Amino acid sequence: MTDPRTAFEPVIGLEVHAQLLTQSKIFCGCPTAFGAPPNSHVCPVCLGHPGALPALNRAAVEHAMRFGLAIGCRIAPRSIFARKNYFYPDLPKGYQISQFDQPLCEHGQLVIDIDGAARCIGIIRVHLEEDAGKNLHDVGDPNCSYVDFNRAGVPLAEIVSAPDLRSPAEAVAYLRELRAILIYLGSCDGNMQEGSFRCDANVSVRRVGAAALGTRTELKNINSFKFVAQALEYEIVRQIDVVTSGGQVVQETRLWDEAGHRTRSMRGKEESHDYRYFPDPDLLPLVIDEGWLARLRGERPVLPAARRARLQALGLPPADVSLLVEDKALGDYLDAALARHSKSPKALANWVINDVQALVKNVAGGAAICPVAPAALAALVELLDAGTVASAGAKQVFAELAAGRATDPAAAARALGVELVDDSAALTTAVNQVIANCSAEVEKYRAGKQQVIGFLVGQVLRQLGGKVDPKKVNQALRRALDG
Amino acid sequence: MAALDGLSLAEASARLRQGALTSQQLTADCLARIEQRSSLNAVITQLADQALAEAAASDKRRADGAAFGPLDGVPLAIKDNILVAGAPATAGSNILRRHVAAYDATVVERLRRSGAVLLAKLNLDEFAMGSSNENSAFGPCRNPWDETRAPGGSSGGAAAAVAAGLCLGSLGTDTGGSIRQPAAFCGVCGMRPTYGRVSRFGVIAFASSLDQVGPIGRSADDVAVLLNAIAGHDPRDSTSAQVAVPDFAAAVRRGVQGLRIGLPREYFELGGCAPEVATAVRAAIAVLEAAGATLVEISLPHTRHAIACYYLIATAEASSNLARYDGVRYGDRVDPGHGLREMYLATRRQGFGAEVKRRIVLGTYVLSAGYYDAYYRRAQQVRTLIKRDFEQAFSRVDIIAAPTAPTPAFALGEKTADPLTMYLSDIFTISVNLGGVCGLSVPCGLTTGPRPLPIGLQLIGRPFDEESVLAAAGALQQTTDWHRQRPPAGAP
Repeated sequence: MTDPRTAFEPVIGLEVHAQLLTQSKIFCGCPTAFGAPPNSHVCPVCLGHPGALPALNRAAVEHAMRFGLAIGCRIAPRSIFARKNYFYPDLPKGYQISQFDQPLCEHGQLVIDIDGAARCIGIIRVHLEEDAGKNLHDVGDPNCSYVDFNRAGVPLAEIVSAPDLRSPAEAVAYLRELRAILIYLGSCDGNMQEGSFRCDANVSVRRVGAAALGTRTELKNINSFKFVAQALEYEIVRQIDVVTSGGQVVQETRLWDEAGHRTRSMRGKEESHDYRYFPDPDLLPLVIDEGWLARLRGERPVLPAARRARLQALGLPPADVSLLVEDKALGDYLDAALARHSKSPKALANWVINDVQALVKNVAGGAAICPVAPAALAALVELLDAGTVASAGAKQVFAELAAGRATDPAAAARALGVELVDDSAALTTAVNQVIANCSAEVEKYRAGKQQVIGFLVGQVLRQLGGKVDPKKVNQALRRALDG
Repeated sequence: MAALDGLSLAEASARLRQGALTSQQLTADCLARIEQRSSLNAVITQLADQALAEAAASDKRRADGAAFGPLDGVPLAIKDNILVAGAPATAGSNILRRHVAAYDATVVERLRRSGAVLLAKLNLDEFAMGSSNENSAFGPCRNPWDETRAPGGSSGGAAAAVAAGLCLGSLGTDTGGSIRQPAAFCGVCGMRPTYGRVSRFGVIAFASSLDQVGPIGRSADDVAVLLNAIAGHDPRDSTSAQVAVPDFAAAVRRGVQGLRIGLPREYFELGGCAPEVATAVRAAIAVLEAAGATLVEISLPHTRHAIACYYLIATAEASSNLARYDGVRYGDRVDPGHGLREMYLATRRQGFGAEVKRRIVLGTYVLSAGYYDAYYRRAQQVRTLIKRDFEQAFSRVDIIAAPTAPTPAFALGEKTADPLTMYLSDIFTISVNLGGVCGLSVPCGLTTGPRPLPIGLQLIGRPFDEESVLAAAGALQQTTDWHRQRPPAGAP
């Protein structure tokens, strides 16, 4: 018996709200920093006081434009802010300033990688809007609810995908890539716990091959990639079960219940809202002139897809590539080091992934504030490549740099006494002595046991006090033994 | 001190400059007259202590030779929908009865910087919605010429206060005629500047795309000085224009030689214009012609749609602008204790008056799904046609002259039962707001009879050409003394 579920395919579209990394709010000068005491970042404008008017923060516009450009959107030369009218205590003015029928960015796309195959996901629009405040129910008087307006007026980009996603895995891949792009642009910190990257999902199911879309539900409260996958998986199965048992999916908003591991209907919001959108008369049309657009186009920021391709071309293993793409600071670090020393990308990548990452683990700012400068690491690897230090010595040098006791790797190597000497006469003498003293191992080597060379190299290094490049010892030994 | 109540702003300013008068004397005199004429109900909040302190500071500046300019030490009053930090800002509404402004409106900040003394917050129709001041939660303001009559609205208090000498000038707001119509009813000069000329920051919004702050004074000169103080771009109001501010006071003395004045056929033909009003307006226009202006008949064909258009756009914007009065953050909250929805309903049910509710309901309907295109979008299209009417007219003329209101001040209670007749009293003023042009009302006559009532001439100018309008008003004042007429001193 075949599983009836395989006869269906899900259709998923995602709406992402990304908090834009501006110093001040979108329509007033209040700071946007997270975690301040409630209602400490407020003013008459973001509290919706009588007479207060919005004045657009152009930095928020630039972030949205950068993102729009990064995903190939058409940037509207003229877009309109509209009022979305509804009553809620966290909404100070009784309307949210958003964009409606004339958004800033339209018609973009994002390429995701699904098991090695590229999938192109359409992005219908990216528009600017202000965030609402936050209702608090578990503080102070239990009979009262409270509102914190620190978040009210924080700039958001709403990013709406086309219904192009066909599985929870694709949805997660899309979100990961989207988030990475925003982080690369410095437009959003991508922090899902603090709510600076939020996602709502629209999902429906239809029989495989059907052209028409099924009735969709909207899933909210999915604030991690894991929950996105779980909520979608649950909801897809639920809808297929409804349809196959002869029922009909109800168009509604459903909340992901993290504890219950299910989605449930959001009660009390059944009636569909009429938001009475109309152009906000307090704000002029947002006009993007050619000069502004050209300047942002000219910035040519590094994007995750380009970095991924470049690192793959350098021959780095897939796991390392993923890591270096997802941790932008780490990838930036590697780029900066490669700019100084491009000969050994794999060796540099290993240092970055192992040593640099270990050094900045659990440090806010990550590799961006690593005490070992990328140029210093590049210089250190250059010393290794040139045979000036051995890897054990290099680790010691790195430790000196990390501890702030040194900044120049060559000087540190000298001071530590781990610099290798290049004395061919001494090397020849030592090699000859070791061949003479270790006749049993030499016999084995000559009989074909190549691994024995390691032991012999060790003997030579010991004679020379470790200050010779093992590669050179190896070569000299082989020359003497094979010759 | 009895002589002081006849002073114009310009005269008072000259006496202050000459040292013949101190700001403290002038301020105390105005405060005394506010008390004396309390029956007018022009004032919602007196700012006596602050005003006297500001007057003392002004006198000290003057003594130190550091006076700011023509407004330094001059007592002014502010319509109560414009914010003065620390003072109540009621907008004439119960919902804001106890709301104290957290900041100064930009116009108030600019008046302070000119050294003006702020005496009082003035009565108005609730949220500036009305044409008679009868929609105030603080009771109607009365017309100083006849206390049984309306001072006009919504800036009724601002016009009555200037007419009765309670202050030397005031600021009002004009969304559909709310400065010009009361100025005409009270026999003072009031200007609605071009949209964008004056910052709206700190002005309690009624209809954001139509609202504009403007000055009321006894003469065109007084209005010009006030306009110079408040005009100019404000980064906090995105709709305020980056247009240079000329010397308006100089424009008043420019004369009308060669000025082409358009007379819109529709305004003079529309029914309902009282014969005495038409006669006085025509006489004033003849004065301007004699002073060198040429008269040109013009047409503003879409005027007849103006009131319908206005009541769709203004109410739509108002329904959204007034959503913030929900009892959550400020203002009076009424909470029956049955949850959020009931709190909203009770707060707004008790906080808003009937006219405000009527407009919120109408505006909500206009914006609703399925009606937006038929009403709001259509009204915007009509608005464009009205704008085009003005553009075409102003290709042939420099200013337009018309009555300000179809009748002199009507009796209190006369039109409250029928909102539509009340709306029609703005028929000549509303197009100016929709068309994005500027307009001014200047006294041009008095009705005959035992209690004469003022009549206003409306002068309409191109966008940002307040100067031509002021020049024409100045020319009228050169040869007539309608602007020097004062209402009877006490209550009749």
